Amino acid sequence: MDFALDKKHEMARSLFREFAENEVKPLAQEVDETEEFPMETVKKMQKLGFMGIPVPKEYGGQGCDPLTYVMCVEELSKVCATTGVVVSAHTSLCIDPIMTYGTEEQKQKYVKALATGEKLGAFALTEPGAGTDAQGAVTKAVLDGDEWVLNGSKCFITNGKVADVYIVIAITSVTEDKRGRKKKNFSAFIVDKGAPGFSFGTKEKKMGIRGSSTYELIFEDCRIPKENLLGTEGKGFPIAMHTLDGGRIGIAAQALGIAEGALDRAVAYTKERKQFGRSIAQQQNTQFKLADMAARIEAAQLLVYKAAMAKATQKVYSVEAAKAKLFAAETAMAVTTGVVQLFGGYGYIREYDVERMMRDAKITEIYEGTSEVQRMVISGALLK
Amino acid sequence: MKIVVCIKQVPDTKGGVKFNPDGTLDRAAMLTIMNPDDKAGLEAALRLKEQYGAEVTVITMGLPKADEVLREAMAMGADKGILVTDRVLGGADTWATSTTIAGAIRNLEYDLIITGRQAIDGDTAQVGPQIAEHLGLPVISYAQDIKIEGDSVIVQRQYEDRYHELKAKMPCLITALSELNEPRYMTPGGIFEAYDSEVTVWGRADLKDVDDSDLGLKGSPTKIAKASDKVRKGAGEKVNLDTDESVAYLIGKFKEKHII
Repeated sequence: MDFALDKKHEMARSLFREFAENEVKPLAQEVDETEEFPMETVKKMQKLGFMGIPVPKEYGGQGCDPLTYVMCVEELSKVCATTGVVVSAHTSLCIDPIMTYGTEEQKQKYVKALATGEKLGAFALTEPGAGTDAQGAVTKAVLDGDEWVLNGSKCFITNGKVADVYIVIAITSVTEDKRGRKKKNFSAFIVDKGAPGFSFGTKEKKMGIRGSSTYELIFEDCRIPKENLLGTEGKGFPIAMHTLDGGRIGIAAQALGIAEGALDRAVAYTKERKQFGRSIAQQQNTQFKLADMAARIEAAQLLVYKAAMAKATQKVYSVEAAKAKLFAAETAMAVTTGVVQLFGGYGYIREYDVERMMRDAKITEIYEGTSEVQRMVISGALLK
Repeated sequence: MKIVVCIKQVPDTKGGVKFNPDGTLDRAAMLTIMNPDDKAGLEAALRLKEQYGAEVTVITMGLPKADEVLREAMAMGADKGILVTDRVLGGADTWATSTTIAGAIRNLEYDLIITGRQAIDGDTAQVGPQIAEHLGLPVISYAQDIKIEGDSVIVQRQYEDRYHELKAKMPCLITALSELNEPRYMTPGGIFEAYDSEVTVWGRADLKDVDDSDLGLKGSPTKIAKASDKVRKGAGEKVNLDTDESVAYLIGKFKEKHII
């Protein structure tokens, strides 16, 4: 067992780090303050291939592996969690399901444009009445001749409105099981922005990741071509769950990055900040806190990288992804809260990044499956 | 067109400088980067490649680990990498280095050779022009702009207060300033490709028309008397005064130091 990264991954990390420091970090505060989507940064990332890192070259991607992609989200999130989630939702939640379940025509049409970054992607499962309990969803799709007709709405959609391509999960039939219980059968669809009947509702005002564009999607007799069904009809739920397994690795990487970024700030600050005649880094309370954070972050990193490797080599990686996301998200929350405490009053002021990091961290415990859902996945596999 | 770019892996001065007992740099113990002027030279070559079509070969002399800087150049878009490494070449000063690089370049076809103006470790600015001398080529140093016209290059050579525009027939050698351009980033796919490709490794035996007495530490006329890390300047004194007060304050200080 070798825990060292090989040279090409080391070099990729140095690239992501340099880009994040030079291009992303200077804008992080402004993006948070103005709640504006960082379109200029996305254009720069598009030029460098960051929007299709794990996608094979023949589909317009960079031909790298999930680990490289995860390191990109990690390094971006170290300085700006908003930028991290833009890449994560686009890559894991939109490109990945089309690569996994799409027909050759769909891959040619959509993945090429998405992986080169010419188009931006999003994924829509959550509805006002259906969060963790996806069976509560009501958005429907009915086949009418050569078109599917969608009706309903989706909420909290990352990259909403700015994205050009949406993976939408909708009910296509309701069946009864042997005991007479009704079961909704879902299907997955690829919906283009601009499809007739597809519009955007309210933009959410959020606690953190404020530059990320979070919108409600509205489908009113939205008509899309028959061939935009993704995968088999009725298999939308397993497609969504499998997609989220991958997405969770991306969010775990985002959480890891947030925690690492906060620790970096804490190390620098505690060496400078003097109280009682010496730096607070010379005080044991600080030293012990920093040590605990560093140990936790490294454990999170190992889980995240392990999950990324599992995605590269295994068909099913739900448990690895759930463990990585659960632990990394809770680490991000604990570390950022601890770092704000070390900063004292300055930690509570917006001028310092750690206040933003603490707000950004919270969402990682909630979206793409709450920490409770991750515990359900992990214990479900244990008790099977 | 064929362009050869000479690049050097140098210590990242952010990571601190370490020395061997003989005063030479302990390169193995330091974090490294591509020398900034060389990176600008590489970027210039890659832009010429995009504009006029060219094959870009990067060459470096150094320890075996210097292959990293070649991979970095390839991940930015260079087509081939050549590493010149051999124990007998170690400890070389500018003379022995330029002799070595010229000996390696004699094996290659080229229209244009681009080097950085100078490396941030030695700061001599000698190796580029010396290579041109060994190869009998015209040299234009301190380039801030490069254009191709037919079989010639038109280069703006930078001075403190002006520039000269010079035209030279190829083949020739140009030394580049880091102000020449903003070097591009690597791409993730470029990095993977760079590590999947081969880097050519040459030793002493592969150098053409060079004499052993001109190589390595033994072939280096420069002897280093003493080398040390940069001495940190004091924090200085900060004052906040209006214009008249500042003038009076400065005059007072200058008098105190017997400057005026």
